[in-house]
Amino acid sequence: MYNILIGGAAGQGIDTMVAILEKVLKQSGYNVFTTRDFMSRIRGGHNFILIRFSTDIIQSHDNEVDLIVGLNKETIEIHKDRLKSDGFILCDNSIISEDVRTIKINIEAMAKELGNIRVSGSIAIGVILKLFGENLENVNEVLKSFVKSKDLEVNIKAVAAGYEKVENQFKHLDGEFKDWMIISGSKALALGAIAAGLRFYSAYPMSPSTPIMEYLSEKGDIAGIIVEQAEDEIAAINMAIGASYAGARSMTGTSGGGFSLMVEGLGLAGIAEIPLVVVNVQRPGPATGLPTRTEQSDLKFVISASQGEFPRMVIAIRNHQDAFYQTIRAFELAEKYQMPIIILSDQYLGDSSATIKPFIVKDIKNNFSDNEHNSNDVYLRYKITSNGISPRLIPGKTINLVSADSDEHDEKGYITESAEVRKLMVDKRMKKIHLLKEELQEPEFIGEELFENLLIGWGSTYGPIKEAIQILNSIGKIKYAALMFGDVYPLPQKLLIEKAEKTKRIINIEQNATGQLASLIREQTGIICSESILKYDGRQISAKEIVDFFLKEEQK
Amino acid sequence: MSENKFTLNENAWCPGCGNHIILDCLKTALEEMGKTPYEILMVGGIGQAAKTPQYISANCFCGLHGRSLPAAIAAKIANENLTVIVDTGDGDSYGEGGNHFIHNIRRNVNISHFVHDNQIYALTKGQASPTSLEGNGNLNSSFNPILMAIAAGAGFVARAFTGHKEQLVEIMKQAIEYDGYALVDILQPCVSFNKTNTFEWYNKRVYDLDESYDSKNKLKSIEKAMEFDDKIPLGIIYQENKTSYHKKNNVLKNGEPLLDIELNHDVIKSLIAEFI
Repeated sequence: MYNILIGGAAGQGIDTMVAILEKVLKQSGYNVFTTRDFMSRIRGGHNFILIRFSTDIIQSHDNEVDLIVGLNKETIEIHKDRLKSDGFILCDNSIISEDVRTIKINIEAMAKELGNIRVSGSIAIGVILKLFGENLENVNEVLKSFVKSKDLEVNIKAVAAGYEKVENQFKHLDGEFKDWMIISGSKALALGAIAAGLRFYSAYPMSPSTPIMEYLSEKGDIAGIIVEQAEDEIAAINMAIGASYAGARSMTGTSGGGFSLMVEGLGLAGIAEIPLVVVNVQRPGPATGLPTRTEQSDLKFVISASQGEFPRMVIAIRNHQDAFYQTIRAFELAEKYQMPIIILSDQYLGDSSATIKPFIVKDIKNNFSDNEHNSNDVYLRYKITSNGISPRLIPGKTINLVSADSDEHDEKGYITESAEVRKLMVDKRMKKIHLLKEELQEPEFIGEELFENLLIGWGSTYGPIKEAIQILNSIGKIKYAALMFGDVYPLPQKLLIEKAEKTKRIINIEQNATGQLASLIREQTGIICSESILKYDGRQISAKEIVDFFLKEEQK
Repeated sequence: MSENKFTLNENAWCPGCGNHIILDCLKTALEEMGKTPYEILMVGGIGQAAKTPQYISANCFCGLHGRSLPAAIAAKIANENLTVIVDTGDGDSYGEGGNHFIHNIRRNVNISHFVHDNQIYALTKGQASPTSLEGNGNLNSSFNPILMAIAAGAGFVARAFTGHKEQLVEIMKQAIEYDGYALVDILQPCVSFNKTNTFEWYNKRVYDLDESYDSKNKLKSIEKAMEFDDKIPLGIIYQENKTSYHKKNNVLKNGEPLLDIELNHDVIKSLIAEFI
């Protein structure tokens, strides 16, 4: 297991450098996991990226590093305490670093000599590959997809020049991940939407959700998807609803602030029973909060957002596989139940890259409703049915007229103020939840069957918690297990109740200040979490932090 | 009018309200154009005028207050075979929905936007609307939708009046025919709450633009748009051929409706391969 930290100011190109490096390392067989820590600015400041790679599967970051690549002095000053004792610091000659472990290379002078100052990143890539015992076999091919063809040759030369400058320090390890994918959470989610037959995506740019829009927009023409940048998030959700009503699979995406503007639209999708997938890539709030950081503090907001009562579902994606497969599932459920499905992601998951098995694409049929309208009957868009799901036809695709109404409406879809119809319609809509509850996915159980401590988490803490459980069960005195929720609302309860009966110690681990999942669990099941680990500084909890917490406790 | 195939429910409007006339004229226009109910999508927001889609035999989307335009343009993007008409009020269009009004002019999706402009909020019983004239307790100057639409780049901008039915039908037909976003601001007295802009008030001021008026001259049209005082011009104030959203868009310009595009496994597999 190796871990590299590359840091510099915004605008120094570390993102491209890392995109190349992570792919080269993956193609050499490693399992790579990359996390991105950015400031909300275009130039200057301090950004850093952690690239962790191993011959085992990695699903989270680690803060201890083997190599610090400092593109500026600040990187070395801020992070030098993270360096392992046998680690190295790599920087340009011009940067002052007193640490004896520093390897100085005249990167800038070399770049000037090659005739292009912008190839410093490629020189550094060459140096890093040599330090870790890699060859240059894959790098030229990878460079092709990241640099313009006119700059390809000079970049190849730059990598080779860097490669010659140092001696090998770390042993190359043979991994089996060459043919796996390396992909960010947000791109995996967008790809899931494409594979689900997405046709219309409307959004307003907002960190950290924007990479979804950028990817869909880049691939829209070849994938047959309209990506419309809305004037605001209110327009974004109302567009997605309009397109979905007219028969195009639709999605909108945002972060908490934009979701706040979408709230009334969410209710429209609820009462008008229009399939809709809404993605909230969470960041710390309230209001502007920390725009480029991570948090899980929108759970209680999204499960209750909008006035009135209507069925909805909330899926928290736990890892990069979930980002793809659960997004496909969200589209299927939205269409089956004709309701809004909310996907909760966050900055940590969205912006980090993981090495995962290539996605399997399956057939998704156009399934406009479960109970097809019988053409001999009068068409009733909001027909009262035994399971609450009414026949959904597409306007213009049938001679029947299709209505949608934000007012309470009768079976035909026209405005009504009848007390009797109102009650029937509320009951009809809420009934859909009963059927949905039967197909909820239970949380993933991780760890020892005979446990003393039960950890509970949801969404992106999956990686850190899973790694922590593995470590604790191998070095700790007592046994640990965890339940990791993906479906969070409605809350799947079977496995939770079963496991909770076996212990008095249930500890919820959440990236928020109030323990929102613990509160939902208590409300729905009466199960009380005896302790909480809550982190709300905008940075993702690591396995090590969780392990330290419990080991300290064991020593008491 | 009862023979019209677009006739549907009884409506809940006040007797004498201009909405009745707008509804009748719309049904006539659609009938004369040879349209059939299932190919029409009527979209409204919230308000008295926004109930129009409920009273006409067609597909009907009654969404949120102010948000009819985003839903309407997206439905048209999804299926260009639908004739999409937004019928809603001045509060819905210019107040709550002001931002969408500006930006959907820029998008230029092929829809018609018929604004029932009674210069008042009627459903909520008589508050000032964006187009209410200054005075009588209203300290704000009135919003000029025609001027705004031309300035924002709309390619079809017209004003009609419920007192001139034949002209209204004709303008509606041309707006529906126009390939792009078409605005028709329809002056309509509110008999219950607007005691200023009465039928008589409008009748004294309105006049029809004749053939001597060049609706393709943008600068002249801006002058004409600013006429809303002793004289109020009726007719097509400005028109220009512009490339519509569907013709500009790479996915849509080959004419296949968006909702008919099939999932292409080869494309998805090639996208997945890019990450390997």
